[in-house]
Amino acid sequence: MSQWPSPPPYNLVGKHGVSPSFKHDDIARFNFLAQLNTHLAATVVPANARAYELRVKPQFESEHGREPQDRHEVRRAMLRDPLFQTWSALRRSSMELRQQNGREVILRQLVALNEKAAVLNRDAPQLKLDPSVEVPAYIRKVDFHCMPGGYTTELMADDISPAANYDIGIFATTAGGLGCFNDGGGLAIAEWLKSRYPDFKPERILDLGCGPGHSITALAKALPDTEIVTIDVAVPMLRFAHARAKSMGVNNITFMQANAEHIPLPDASFDIVMTTIFLHETSNIAIRKIMAETYRLLKLGGVSFHLEQPQYAGLPPFEQFMRDWDALYNNEPFWTRMHELDMNDLMVDAGFDRAKIFQDKAYGVLDEKIFGKPKETGVEDFGRKAAWHLFGVTK
Amino acid sequence: MTASTAFDWIPLTGAKPQGKRPYFFDDPAVERVLAITMALAQELAVTRERLDTVERLIERAGEHGGKFSRADIDAYAPSPSEACERAEWQRMYLARVLRIVQQEIEALNKPEANVDIAATADELGKN
Repeated sequence: MSQWPSPPPYNLVGKHGVSPSFKHDDIARFNFLAQLNTHLAATVVPANARAYELRVKPQFESEHGREPQDRHEVRRAMLRDPLFQTWSALRRSSMELRQQNGREVILRQLVALNEKAAVLNRDAPQLKLDPSVEVPAYIRKVDFHCMPGGYTTELMADDISPAANYDIGIFATTAGGLGCFNDGGGLAIAEWLKSRYPDFKPERILDLGCGPGHSITALAKALPDTEIVTIDVAVPMLRFAHARAKSMGVNNITFMQANAEHIPLPDASFDIVMTTIFLHETSNIAIRKIMAETYRLLKLGGVSFHLEQPQYAGLPPFEQFMRDWDALYNNEPFWTRMHELDMNDLMVDAGFDRAKIFQDKAYGVLDEKIFGKPKETGVEDFGRKAAWHLFGVTK
Repeated sequence: MTASTAFDWIPLTGAKPQGKRPYFFDDPAVERVLAITMALAQELAVTRERLDTVERLIERAGEHGGKFSRADIDAYAPSPSEACERAEWQRMYLARVLRIVQQEIEALNKPEANVDIAATADELGKN
């Protein structure tokens, strides 16, 4: 059992070479938000199901003579319910506060912070930027998680602000659910690989959509003899992720600017091709091209996998509706359609053998001394919990 | 804007993200007031946490017969037991601020304890 409260204080968030400096009140703001999100998840979220069963569904049935058929009908009915309205307004407010708090910390010291990153990135052979890469519309047009400017906007030269802001706020959004370095997902993959393929020693791994690099840096640390290439279209993310990894002594990752729909790397050149919580930020056409690239780049005998939340098929309409909250109200628009797709069909269409497809679960790995055992802190939060579905296939 | 600031970053902190903002309440004015109230609730929590930090630093400074500075406030890191006390304060604070939400959920969960008081008055008048 941990001596720390749940969520733990923000002071325990890990520091690295491109961490900003924090004042007392910056930390207190994130402490408040972590507590607010914990409170909402534990006390208000569960009441939505009760409101649905006791008043929204009966009202719908009396109006239509049948149950709601899908999550869209559930949503249209729930949007009129005062409890759902209250929870949603509070949650949206919490996301906006989180963005403002994070941006306050980063933007007021941006010149110095960008300089820190620039020093780590200068002439670095493992940071490969390519100005000819165009940012696709599904990244350019969406300010994910209500982050103004999204992943790609640069406010000044050498800017890392979108990534630096992303990095410092995850703790508040997830109430510490991804660990001190926000790398519970990467550690989950490392554990999963070790247990599923104990004798597999991948020489080369390709990771698509690294973002700030939390997951891939943790995996690279766990596999120090593996050469890792990770790509992203967003330059601020790549600058930040490279500088952060380097400052943490992780040197086996090349951070490359490239579009995952057409990756300038040779066929059959990786033992693993993977994505972590990335596919839902693409588009219906892009995801098919990305799957085709995954197949092309994977060696025979290699394994490909994608860490995401579970697909909607088979889930009750109410649960699908709750899982759609971030899609519609926290700027994750493809999330809703992506979770309708049949991942197996996508992999088969890309060239994989249906018989070699598998699905699995992966759970966030956290420092038990701080976070306690996972079950002590587990609250169902419909998509924000550190537990994922793994869609995999071998070639 | 100070001379050392390259750009006015304050308005950028609260910039609107792309995409139309969802309003959940029937009247958008309610949403507006809630968003302002939650920002103020956050700032009061921050002020109370700062006050707690200052009180703890006063106690420590007293033990060592010394002073403390604003830098000490920024550098303060709670021990596990201090963090538990502060988290407990936060839990009570949120329970207080969001009391009406708790009561609406209790009304939902226990409809038998949510009878109109006028109906009870009628009943008591008859029996």
